[in-house]
Amino acid sequence: MYRFRDKDMGEKIIDKIKGLDQQLTLMHVCGTHQDTLVRYGLQGMLTDAGVDIRQGPGCPVCVTTPKEIEESILLAKSGMTILVFGDMLKVPGATSSLSQAKTEGSDVRIVYGVDDAVRLAGELDKDCVFMSIGFETTTPSSAAALKAGTPDNFHVLSCNRVIPPALKAIAEMGEIRLDGLIEPGHVSTVIGSRPYEFVSEQYGIPQVVAGFEPLDLLMGVYMLAKQKKNGESKVEIEYTRAVKRDGNPKAVEVMNSVFQVVDVKWRGFPVIPGSGLELREEYGSKNARIVFEEELSDLKGKEFPEPKGCLCGEVLRGIASSEECPLFGTGCTPDTPVGPCMVSTEGSCNIVYKYGKMS
Amino acid sequence: MCLAVPARVIRIDGDIAEVDFGGTVRQANVSLVEAKIGEYVIVHAGYAIQTLDREEAEETLEMFQQILGDTDA
Ligand code: SF4
Repeated sequence: MYRFRDKDMGEKIIDKIKGLDQQLTLMHVCGTHQDTLVRYGLQGMLTDAGVDIRQGPGCPVCVTTPKEIEESILLAKSGMTILVFGDMLKVPGATSSLSQAKTEGSDVRIVYGVDDAVRLAGELDKDCVFMSIGFETTTPSSAAALKAGTPDNFHVLSCNRVIPPALKAIAEMGEIRLDGLIEPGHVSTVIGSRPYEFVSEQYGIPQVVAGFEPLDLLMGVYMLAKQKKNGESKVEIEYTRAVKRDGNPKAVEVMNSVFQVVDVKWRGFPVIPGSGLELREEYGSKNARIVFEEELSDLKGKEFPEPKGCLCGEVLRGIASSEECPLFGTGCTPDTPVGPCMVSTEGSCNIVYKYGKMS
Repeated sequence: MCLAVPARVIRIDGDIAEVDFGGTVRQANVSLVEAKIGEYVIVHAGYAIQTLDREEAEETLEMFQQILGDTDA
């Protein structure tokens, strides 16, 4: 795969993009794309070639709402063991964070995947809640684990979301001129490219599903630039080694048999219809929101504001960059994060801060 | 957390496989894919989510070269 990092070839692609002579605003929807862009210094090269790439709502930790974090904190404080991906620990909710709850004596543990969480629950003699976050890349694993059977004390707080309705929301909000969308490679390994087609058809936006090596991304940008030049809008796949038009039907089927689509709010967005996933009724005894309804009753109907001064919402909608936030690197750093975009390794603020420090 | 990494399948025992991430061998759940020994899979959070097509990878690079005019094709 190192050949997908070839510098000479990268420069040639940049020249090709320059040759098309256009000013473009593109958006990607994936933390790993953001990492590749910043880590390999592609962003600067692309800006010189007239291409401005914004990060959209492609970081699962970042789009989790303060309310969902409050739910997990409340369950932790009610005595449950919370099993969570490490990225989530330090994200501030409205009152505190899971890491603060842990310091104050709650049982919060980091897991690397759902199987890890199920195994831990099997070893413990108390109620455990797995905070299931992630897009279509991650949700099939949670579904497969539930389908395979889990201990009675294992429950799921679903904060899972799906990508295509968020693209629709961005297109309809119309806050940002979008000349093209770079679709997330790993989400697409599961759902394929078909679910994006309506975005090109209805909104006339060119799309390319791209992989994660520097050449993948640059070629993805070139493909979009070419569509734009030719007045086309369709979905192309650059990441053909992993993405088929129909994705991985087996994973999709498992996901759909355990989860159902619901309307849900994303950080920085209003409620997006059909963009969330909740456990199906058959899995009611696994659903932390049903099993622990009483413990969670204080949060019913409540929404919480985002942290004061934090521009995460604007960053996730692509209308602000991390550096434009007045708190970036001063009031907000990875050690003292104000918003989730500075906590998650997929958050734009974290990535820009990290590589800015290194160079 | 959305990180997903390619690995080669070395052994399969039911839903669980031993996979090689370039020298580091770990276990991965392969219940979501039809993976065979010797194939490459993309592993995310302990689960293989898709098989990786090596021939396609070669073809992609060839396509890049054609677009860039590096070959006679
Ligand atoms: S720098 Fe901090 S406060 Fe500003 S947008 Fe990013 S996470 Fe929010």
